[in-house]
Amino acid sequence: MLYREAGDFKTSYVADNQTFPIKFDRYGYYFILGFAFLVMPFIINDYWANSIVVPFLIYTIAALGLNILIGYCGQLSLGTGAFMACGAYGSYKLMTAFPELNIIFVIIIAGFITAAVGVLFGLPSLRIKGFYLAVATLAAQFFLIWLFTRTAWFYNYSPTGMISAPTRDVFGVAVTGPRASAVSMYMICLCFLVVTAWLARNLTRGSLGRQWMAIRDMDIAAEIIGVNPLMAKLTAFAVSSFFVGISGALLFTVYLGAAEAGEAFGIDKSFLVLFMVIIGGLGSIFGAFAGAFFLIVGPVLLKLLLVNGLGWPTDLAAHLEIMIIGALILVFLIVEPHGIAALWRTIKEKLRLWPFPY
Amino acid sequence: MKMTRLAATIAATMIATGPALAETLHFPSLSYRTGPFAAGGIPFADGYSDYLTLINERDGGIGGVPIRQTECETAYNTERGVECYQSIRGDNPLVLQPLSTGITYQLIPRTMEDGIPMHTMGYGRTSAVNGEVFNWTFNYPANYWDGASVIINYLLEENEGSLEGKKIALLYHNSAYGREPIPTLTNLAERHGYELLTIGVDSPGQEQGSQWLQIRRERPDYVVMWGWGVMNPTAIQEAANIRFPMENFIGVWWSGSQQDVRPVGAGAHGYKALAMHGTGMDYPIYEDMQQYVIDAGKYAGTGDEVGTVLYSRGMYAAMLAVEAAKKAQEIHGVAAITPAMMRDGMANLEITEELMAELGLPNFGPAFSVACENHGGSGAAMIQQWDAEAGEWNLITDWIEPDREMIMEMAMEDSLAFAAENNMTPACLN
Repeated sequence: MLYREAGDFKTSYVADNQTFPIKFDRYGYYFILGFAFLVMPFIINDYWANSIVVPFLIYTIAALGLNILIGYCGQLSLGTGAFMACGAYGSYKLMTAFPELNIIFVIIIAGFITAAVGVLFGLPSLRIKGFYLAVATLAAQFFLIWLFTRTAWFYNYSPTGMISAPTRDVFGVAVTGPRASAVSMYMICLCFLVVTAWLARNLTRGSLGRQWMAIRDMDIAAEIIGVNPLMAKLTAFAVSSFFVGISGALLFTVYLGAAEAGEAFGIDKSFLVLFMVIIGGLGSIFGAFAGAFFLIVGPVLLKLLLVNGLGWPTDLAAHLEIMIIGALILVFLIVEPHGIAALWRTIKEKLRLWPFPY
Repeated sequence: MKMTRLAATIAATMIATGPALAETLHFPSLSYRTGPFAAGGIPFADGYSDYLTLINERDGGIGGVPIRQTECETAYNTERGVECYQSIRGDNPLVLQPLSTGITYQLIPRTMEDGIPMHTMGYGRTSAVNGEVFNWTFNYPANYWDGASVIINYLLEENEGSLEGKKIALLYHNSAYGREPIPTLTNLAERHGYELLTIGVDSPGQEQGSQWLQIRRERPDYVVMWGWGVMNPTAIQEAANIRFPMENFIGVWWSGSQQDVRPVGAGAHGYKALAMHGTGMDYPIYEDMQQYVIDAGKYAGTGDEVGTVLYSRGMYAAMLAVEAAKKAQEIHGVAAITPAMMRDGMANLEITEELMAELGLPNFGPAFSVACENHGGSGAAMIQQWDAEAGEWNLITDWIEPDREMIMEMAMEDSLAFAAENNMTPACLN
């Protein structure tokens, strides 16, 4: 009844091609943006910002990046953890080598460094496909982590091999280091997320995104219609790694504050982001948000409910949490193999016709 | 109408419970009862909790104020550790004990900023012994560099004062924790003329085939281990498999508990490890523990860890925390102390042999005192050896002193580098 396009007339192609063609969607989007920027900073408390919202925002950026590679370009990658580590170590080296450089530029340059590394490890994708490519990116995962733990230059020769983020500020407000307030951390992550999501959305519906999707759907046919597989695949690796690098840099500088490659960016991180993309929905921007929400916020909410709400022992809650999240993943994959995004799409279709489905 | 009444009731309860909550002493426990390191995390958390329960049940709390315990599961994972810290930092935690070097590194700057004391007993950042830089971090009674030095001093004693030409391998957990002793061992290698071989094992450490192949090829005289969790029994099993002489295999205090040697059976006989405190049930405190906690059914976990090495360590950590709280109450003359007061108590803590005996733990730990210049206690440790037939750890040496002069020098250098990095001027708080 409310949610439909009837009566919403478009008079130009631009209006017809906009991201949210339905008025209700568009206003919902503006409302969420307005809420996130204007209301959240005033109502959010430290615990919510630091342990739920900030990691959610950061992992969403990583999921967006991996979604471009897997969901849009069809190149399976298991090296996400290592690319995040690239962003983290890149930002660390930049922060310590150029203390005057603004943190925003540090993070963006770290993203570009990761993009370069991603392209390098994306080269084999021109020859190998599918599971074999997954194995090649797995090699990237192990090689990069090995490099970061064994080469002392990357962690400035600290005896423990840990890197820690010094305090840096934006417009006089500390955003990294222990003095950073929850709101400033939230705001910087939100800004990066909004920009990257906007970029991802518009890239994927432009000519580059169409090339990626052509490669994903059938690479030989794509080549015949004039898509350059070299360019398409390598740009997908570059853009994806750029996003993942930004997320790794934010995770280290803003959220963790101190990290070590093997522990914070191990293979389990690669799988975590991969699961986000699969559960959220391959080839969908909304899916990245939904998947990150499900796998980052879900366990924390479950923990709050079981331990703080019901007062259960922590170990029992931790085990149950693993079981419940695992079962939910199974349920989702059986009920809706295309992820939460597809579920959302179905709901939207139904809502458009409601209450007169015929 | 209904809503306003509900809101009023909630507000009233909040006002009523607010002061009541403040009248407890909050001792959080960042434990890990799940994951590959749970074998070490469970007994420690049980011991920590049981001692605090004992103080509540027997003495009615500390100075008449009851203890409130909370637990947060970290799974030895730094990200979850940070989440746990965020969830308790607003709740007046008196002292944090994360039982993880990785989480410690993450929390040191945050606790400094928030003014919450942290005690990392036998782990964490070694250079925190310099209290002028690390005002809020304590690592008494011993740290990793002490441990490494004690092992070398013990080996010197065994070899008539000379390690010239010997080859010592360090098998370490490839993390901030395992890499911590490398600078000390390297320094000591120069001094004593032994050759140091460092062999890293990636976390969690179930896979050690290539490392032990390397040990077999290099034939070191001694293997020193910095392992934790599932890495320990795996290493001891591998050592037994290649018939490495067990009496030449020495673990740090985190690699010397029942959980580490039992799975290997008779093959582990003769394995040695450091001991920073006594172990076993032969201490008077266990009578009270039995009466007030175990028989009363108030024990933490399943209650089957009582008396093991890591249980004793958790108990020791809780004991030191309680003594520090008593000291803080004494200094400030207030029973309901704040985290800042607790810090003063920790910074002026004095553990004597008489006090240990009075608490029912005679000769359990070393006598030491804490000062601003030295947050690290005495640093002494003993060597214990596993008897597989009897199934118990036997202490085979008395307290061995570390090379404190060298360690303090190294710690000074490291801590001042930290201070310079963070634009701090080293100064004592009190």
